[in-house]
Amino acid sequence: MKITVAGEKKEYADGTTVAQLIVAEDVETPQYVSVSVNDEFVQTDDFDTTELKDGDEVEFLYFMGGGAFALGETR
Amino acid sequence: MDITLAKSDFDAIVAHARGALPNEACGLIAGLVGNGGKSIEKVYLLDNIDRSAEHFTIDPRQQLASVKDTRALGLTPLGNWHSHPSTPSRPSEEDIKLARDPKASYLILSLAAEPPTLRSFHIENGAVTVENLVII
Repeated sequence: MKITVAGEKKEYADGTTVAQLIVAEDVETPQYVSVSVNDEFVQTDDFDTTELKDGDEVEFLYFMGGGAFALGETR
Repeated sequence: MDITLAKSDFDAIVAHARGALPNEACGLIAGLVGNGGKSIEKVYLLDNIDRSAEHFTIDPRQQLASVKDTRALGLTPLGNWHSHPSTPSRPSEEDIKLARDPKASYLILSLAAEPPTLRSFHIENGAVTVENLVII
C-alpha cells in the first residue's frame, strides 16, 4: 500500500500498524510523539492495533510544552 | 548562530502573549536555514491548552495544521516560542527537560518587565546556549 508519512509518499506492507510504522520510520523519543492519521489523532494505547490503509496520511507530532519556573522559584 | 525575526512578528508575539495573560502563550516558528543562520519567515500564534500561568502545551490540532502549513509554504520548522508572564526570559528546568530537538530554536518572551524581552535558546542534552536573536 502507499501512504504519506510527514508529506512523503511511501510504500508499506498491507496491515502495517502505527506502532510498526513508528519503528520503521525510526521515530526518535516516541514517548513524546503523537500520531495523526488523516487528521485524526490515534490514542497511544491504540498504536499496536491501528492498521494503516492505502492512501492514509500520517503525521508524527512531538509534544511541545514547558513551564515558567525554575526549581525553588515562586511567583 | 544568528536568528532573525521581523519586528512585525515580534510585535505579534508580544500582543498574543499579552492577550493570553495571566497565562503563558505559545506558538511555533518556521523559516529558512542557511549562511550559518536562521530566518524566521512565519510565526504561528497558537493556544496553550494548559491555560496556565506556569505551564504550556501547544494545542496538538493547531500544531498539526501549522506543520502542514509550514510544509505547504516550503519552509522549515525552526522551533517554538512561549511566554513567561512573570519570570525572566530563560529556559526553566521543565523547558530544558522537554526540549528534545537539538536543531530547534526555543524563543522565550518575558513579560515580567517593560519592555518585554525575547531571547532565543539552543538546548541540547540539557545544555543551554543563547542564540543571537536579531529583530529587523
